[in-house]
Amino acid sequence: MRRAVGIGLVLGLLLLASPAVLSSYYLGLLTKMLIFALFAMSLDLLLGYTGLPSLGHTAYFGLGAYTTGLLTLRVAQTFWINVLAGIAVPTLVALGFSLLTLRARGTYFLMITLALAQVLWGIAFGWRSFTGGDDGLPGITRPTLAGWSLTGEIPFYYFVLVVFGGCLFLLSIVVRSPLGRALVGIRESEMRMRVLGYNVWAYQYVASILAALFAGAAGILFVYYNGYVGPAYLSVVVSGQVLLMVILGGAGTLLGPALGAGIIVLLENFLSAYTERWLTILGLIYVAVTLFAPRGVLGILRERFPLGRRAPA
Amino acid sequence: MTFWIIQTMNGISFGMLLFLLAAGLSLIFGLMKVLNLAHGSFYLLGGYLGLTILRLTDSFLLALVGGALGVVVVAVLVERTVLRRIYGEELRQALLTFGFVFIIADQTLWIWGGNPQTLPKPAGFQASIRLGEIVFPSYRLLIIAVGVVMGLALWWLQEKTRLGAMIRAGVDDEEMARGIGVNTPLLFTAVFALGAFMAAFGGVMGSALLGVYPGADFEVLLLAFVVVIIGGLGSLKGAFVGGLLVGLIDNFGKALVPQLAYFTVFAPMAAILAVRPTGLFGKA
Amino acid sequence: MTGGGAGIRVEGLVKDFGGLRALEDVTLRVEPGERRAIIGPNGAGKTTLFNIITGIFPPTAGRILFDGRDITDLPPHRRAQLGLGRTFQITTLFPKLSVRDNVLLAVQAADPARFTLHRRVEAYPHLFRQAEELLERWGLRDRAAAPVRFLSHGEQRQVEILLALAIRPKVLLLDEPAAGLSPAETATLADLIRGLPRETTILLIEHDMDVAFTLTDRISVLHYGRVVAEGPPDAVRRDPHVAAIYLGTATPKA
Repeated sequence: MRRAVGIGLVLGLLLLASPAVLSSYYLGLLTKMLIFALFAMSLDLLLGYTGLPSLGHTAYFGLGAYTTGLLTLRVAQTFWINVLAGIAVPTLVALGFSLLTLRARGTYFLMITLALAQVLWGIAFGWRSFTGGDDGLPGITRPTLAGWSLTGEIPFYYFVLVVFGGCLFLLSIVVRSPLGRALVGIRESEMRMRVLGYNVWAYQYVASILAALFAGAAGILFVYYNGYVGPAYLSVVVSGQVLLMVILGGAGTLLGPALGAGIIVLLENFLSAYTERWLTILGLIYVAVTLFAPRGVLGILRERFPLGRRAPA
Repeated sequence: MTFWIIQTMNGISFGMLLFLLAAGLSLIFGLMKVLNLAHGSFYLLGGYLGLTILRLTDSFLLALVGGALGVVVVAVLVERTVLRRIYGEELRQALLTFGFVFIIADQTLWIWGGNPQTLPKPAGFQASIRLGEIVFPSYRLLIIAVGVVMGLALWWLQEKTRLGAMIRAGVDDEEMARGIGVNTPLLFTAVFALGAFMAAFGGVMGSALLGVYPGADFEVLLLAFVVVIIGGLGSLKGAFVGGLLVGLIDNFGKALVPQLAYFTVFAPMAAILAVRPTGLFGKA
Repeated sequence: MTGGGAGIRVEGLVKDFGGLRALEDVTLRVEPGERRAIIGPNGAGKTTLFNIITGIFPPTAGRILFDGRDITDLPPHRRAQLGLGRTFQITTLFPKLSVRDNVLLAVQAADPARFTLHRRVEAYPHLFRQAEELLERWGLRDRAAAPVRFLSHGEQRQVEILLALAIRPKVLLLDEPAAGLSPAETATLADLIRGLPRETTILLIEHDMDVAFTLTDRISVLHYGRVVAEGPPDAVRRDPHVAAIYLGTATPKA
């Protein structure tokens, strides 16, 4: 436990000090890593902790991005309203979608989540007048928060860092709460949980909503990061990438997926300088990880070096 | 009146394509409990391979057979080298096939480029024919005919042949089937290959109708999913009925309310999930 | 440790699976605090009966009354909340979690804190205390940190019962608790069951005749989905029809 806190502090300090050491380019890259780390952690809640394998999680990421993007572009640059709406819309959609997706299990769940995300992609792609269609919506400016303009690389980085830190804190409480532990129980044995008296559906529903909420937050950060939103945000490719991040890093560990996100973003950035075939490499990594390391980096590390947890006296 | 008849026949012909895809998906899942996420990719690859073969040989038949067999080779390679190592773990297998989605999508983009292309229709089916007042593309009629023939062939295979009996035994109880001497690894490979064959076959035929382009794999995968969600995974009848339903709904949707496009397939899917989550003919 | 006993009744239960009738007009009345064994050859419908009582699938006809209340339409988790506990014939635990975490989840199930998401579970020390008590009582304290899948079969069967007890059931359904246990382990298990509070109503499916006949007040015999005999252990033991069933010479009633 102390070791984990120690590592956390060091990492935290490093992250805080980064703008002093990193060039603008690498700082931007680190910002992107943090955004996807948040996205991956949101999926981990659903997949890693609750055991619900969603192939369409990017639906909420994209909804957050489009909502905030559209409001910023077409309505006004009021930070709080745009951000709150960007969180509210994916959450509201999740309230409805989850009623459907939770009617399905296992393989059907995979299909229905992918299908729902793809439907949203189709709408974003086809509804040119509203969403800009295939071209998307460029020219989305970063907001000003309490007098601080977030247009600069460094202020935006700190903004993302604070949001990431806050979400990490919230998520870590959730996964260690009674509800969070019940989610793990549901993942391990739904039947056992039911027969113990847990309303399994209710827990899965809450997990679905929370996962959507945090994914939406990541989407908001990303649209401000890029200054642009397009149908690609809603594509199956993105769903697939974030899923890989979770598995590569270690499903059910919260920090593992954050690590996985960092690795994938770095790899993509580095390899794309040498080849256009990044997606092929991504696919190969997918195959390799699924075959040889399904528990992911952190999953394997935890087994080798168990941190253990003692019950309070 | 003519409008309705033409749209219905359009819907049915598209539905037959969907049936081919969904049947392959269902077949693979029914026996192996694997959700082949690369199914749309097999369609895409089949279409592209068929395109190249057609350009080289000028024979649609060769393109059809060659394209389908080419994908079968890929599928067998995938199944034998990687997929069979993790049998029994459904989610892992589904994710493994997902990796191949990326690989195939990217490789086809690299080899054939990003521009949408169309397969020329086979000679003899390029024109429309008159049926009373209605003028209808003969190629679409061909698709309907092929779909029905394939459907019958599959049904016959499943119900009347030894292979079909082995498949049904394997679906019911894999260990038992192995116990009575069914070579399950070989059976699995054969079924995976058959499913891939149907996807690729559909890919060649579909590419002549709708063109082949990056992203078609996902669009087709979505529709195949909608069909099996509605019809029920693991059921041939479900794939047929679901395919027709989705083909008709999608077609009428596009014809009557084009702005809503994807929404029209979303609604029946949502309805089925609300009422009967395992689909019309699905097993639980 | 457990709640006060309740009675449980099933009336006219019928269960069809497609063309197969698994249960035919099954009626049982178990009084509060009673110990009832359900015996019968394989395939007689015993586990199906338990599955229907706990709500895992619905009966084709008939009803279930728990403590006088009709629970036929209630989902499994509601029945558990009312005080119906159950163990499974095939050990159904949380395999990758430690024994302690398994018991904690069970203890949490009956606690109002179970839906909290804004405070860590360590903020509820009473849950941990209750878990430790249970582990202590069943002698599993020193195995508490081990992942449950590393336990011996006998120990796992113990945890299986422990989980069911943690929710303080009024009625406890034990599905072949001694399944796969050695004679020594079975004896330990029998002692533990005997030591359960007298108010708890217990329904026990068992193949081990010693366990069934010595631990219970009354026995119901199931054969091809029907109750064919019922009575105190001695009477059932001497019933020639029951003997015939087990020796394979009996035929199902038309």
